[in-house]
Amino acid sequence: MFKIVAKEKLTPVITMLKVEAPGIARKVQPGQFVVVRVDEVGERFPISLADWDKEEGNITIVIMEVGTSTRKLTCLSEGDYILNLAGPLGLPAHIENFGRVVCAGGCYGIGAILPIARALKELGNEVISIIEGRSKNLLYWQEPLRQASNELIITTGDGSCGYKGWVYDPLKEMLEKGEKIDRVFAHGCNYMMQLCSETTKHFGVKTMVSLNPIMVDGTGMCGVCRVSVGGITRFACVDGPEFDGHEVDWELLAVRRQSYIEEEISSLEWWESQRWCMTRTTCVETKGGAKTKAED
Amino acid sequence: MPRQDPKVRARNYNEVALGYTEEMALEEAKRCIQCPKRPCVDGCPVNVDIPDFIKAIREDNMAEAVKILKTKNSLPGVCGRVCPQEVQCENLCTLGKRGAPIAIGRLERYVTDWGQSHGSKHKSSPGLPPSTGRKVAVIGSGPAGLTCAAALARLGHEVTIFEALHVAGGVLMYGIPEFRLPKHIVQAEVDYVKSLGVGINLDSVMGKLATVDELLKNGHDAVFLGTGAGLPMFMDIPGENLNGIYSANEFLTRVNLMKAYLFPEYDTPIKVGKRVAVIGGGNVAMDSARCALRLGADKVYIIYRRSRAEMPARHEEAENAEEEGIIFKLLTNPKRFIGNDQGWITTMECYEMELGEPDSSGRRRPIVKEDSEFIIDIDVAIVALGTTPNPLISSTTKGLETTRFGTVVADEETGKTTKDRVWAGGDIVTGAATVISAMGAGKRAAASIDTSLKEKS
Repeated sequence: MFKIVAKEKLTPVITMLKVEAPGIARKVQPGQFVVVRVDEVGERFPISLADWDKEEGNITIVIMEVGTSTRKLTCLSEGDYILNLAGPLGLPAHIENFGRVVCAGGCYGIGAILPIARALKELGNEVISIIEGRSKNLLYWQEPLRQASNELIITTGDGSCGYKGWVYDPLKEMLEKGEKIDRVFAHGCNYMMQLCSETTKHFGVKTMVSLNPIMVDGTGMCGVCRVSVGGITRFACVDGPEFDGHEVDWELLAVRRQSYIEEEISSLEWWESQRWCMTRTTCVETKGGAKTKAED
Repeated sequence: MPRQDPKVRARNYNEVALGYTEEMALEEAKRCIQCPKRPCVDGCPVNVDIPDFIKAIREDNMAEAVKILKTKNSLPGVCGRVCPQEVQCENLCTLGKRGAPIAIGRLERYVTDWGQSHGSKHKSSPGLPPSTGRKVAVIGSGPAGLTCAAALARLGHEVTIFEALHVAGGVLMYGIPEFRLPKHIVQAEVDYVKSLGVGINLDSVMGKLATVDELLKNGHDAVFLGTGAGLPMFMDIPGENLNGIYSANEFLTRVNLMKAYLFPEYDTPIKVGKRVAVIGGGNVAMDSARCALRLGADKVYIIYRRSRAEMPARHEEAENAEEEGIIFKLLTNPKRFIGNDQGWITTMECYEMELGEPDSSGRRRPIVKEDSEFIIDIDVAIVALGTTPNPLISSTTKGLETTRFGTVVADEETGKTTKDRVWAGGDIVTGAATVISAMGAGKRAAASIDTSLKEKS
């Protein structure tokens, strides 16, 4: 059981949880992830580690609500427990002094890119972080990222904050202007990482991405996370999650991630209907007065 | 032994073999001639005193029978169900020379089930010796790890098991299905090991959370590696990454460990469709096929490249599968998988095979028949071609020698590895094998660890 010591809603769909896990906090390196199972009937799913504190013995995860499991997780409050948490899993990101580096983050990846940017800066790299959101209210962690970088560029799809566009737009401009970029790291949804990789491929700038296929055990046992990189099948959980974005078969990854889309929808509908029943029962019992956890 | 009707059982998860009644067990036990040579004991990898527990059944002293079993075997409920007795103890039974050998496995199961249902009243008190103050870390809670841990705890050592998954039991929990090995049986055996004072740390991925060297540095006097053979093998043929193609490990884990058959009450989904092809001829292939049937598939094929005679599955399991309606496509091997434009598997192209000269395994080598390709329409394929050891430990442990197959080099008798204070046993040493052989290795390693700890004290 892993206690939640802090919770913060970062955007309407993204939540941060700080969790007591001293063993993991002691060993984790940038780029690694944990596998979580929220409750007795829960599935196992991977989440990137966005921060940690070795002294205090806790880890920080940033969760985007997309289905039953992430909804369950973000329904938990400070003081609640996560049933199972295993890690740190996957190989750490390969970090050295490359020179001038771009760290790109979108969605949950704004959180996941933070430890990478920080480690790169500590090793003497000049770090330019670029983050994206559809609109201003979907951005978060600008301040810690600014501190972990030499420069922070903000992009929004609707232009409500910073540069109007997406992560790869300023990246492309920089490359077209002939600016020296030695390495790019991209964390976020598939599509964003794919477009970053396509942008840099033309300029021959090596781009490392953190792949997020479906996983079950997260230790190499099941093989559901297989991805094709450079024409070779790899297990993202033990061979990755970091791979060369120019070598990844993005279409295969997108198709495999959709394997259970129907079940994901029906599972969420079923869970919500169950929650609705629970909420209603509780409300009736308390004569409709009490605020239940489901309404939080 | 009575079994559920094939038509009924093919659609439920209840145990297929129903077990002996009291009368049947007594009758079978009476057949044992208590021969002085006791060849059956030599046939058992953990040397259970078989004639003695059978004698106790005959004398209607069931509590004594349970005690005799548990002295040598920490997991008798598991062994009574999944051990290949026909090639071990029963194969050497004196009665077997003239007729049917004693059904030792069935009696073992009967005794353990009696012990479990009669609970604490007859709980064989382990009577633990005083603590030696020595600490041993056991990595993996499968058959090898549980057996090793139990044996060491009985000798007074302080044992902690580290398990990567969220439940203890390893392959007994994620691999072998409920209808062949009910999970409450495994749970009871794990609880028994805990009752000996063994600590079990779940969610602990060793090699990641801590290395073997860190365990040794942080107060453990010895480490036993029982991490099994967890990495699934694929065929590396075109189309293998299409949606709807599972490794047997993934398929069985979703069903057994994550209870996908109870979706959506349980969150883990699984796809089965109408037509399922399982590639392979071992017990894991049979388990996968029979699970697919229970999940509602209409047609389930076993695709195996040799003939029935070479099939590595236990005869009993292949027979169970066939009775339930699994279709055996023998001398058949996949050439490639073909999908639709959404990336889902729709068909499998296969070769017909024929048998040539025997190969290094002594079995006749399968050879592709030219121009024999044909198509099978399927919705799901399950690749059950075996597993290799997980490198999480070996890749993070300096001084631990491995073979080119990824198995850890260890002495067969003692389980000692090339690294000081580190032992190993089970599938991580032998490659994928049986539950009982892993238990035997765990037991031998425990004896060697004990000797070594005593020498040093």
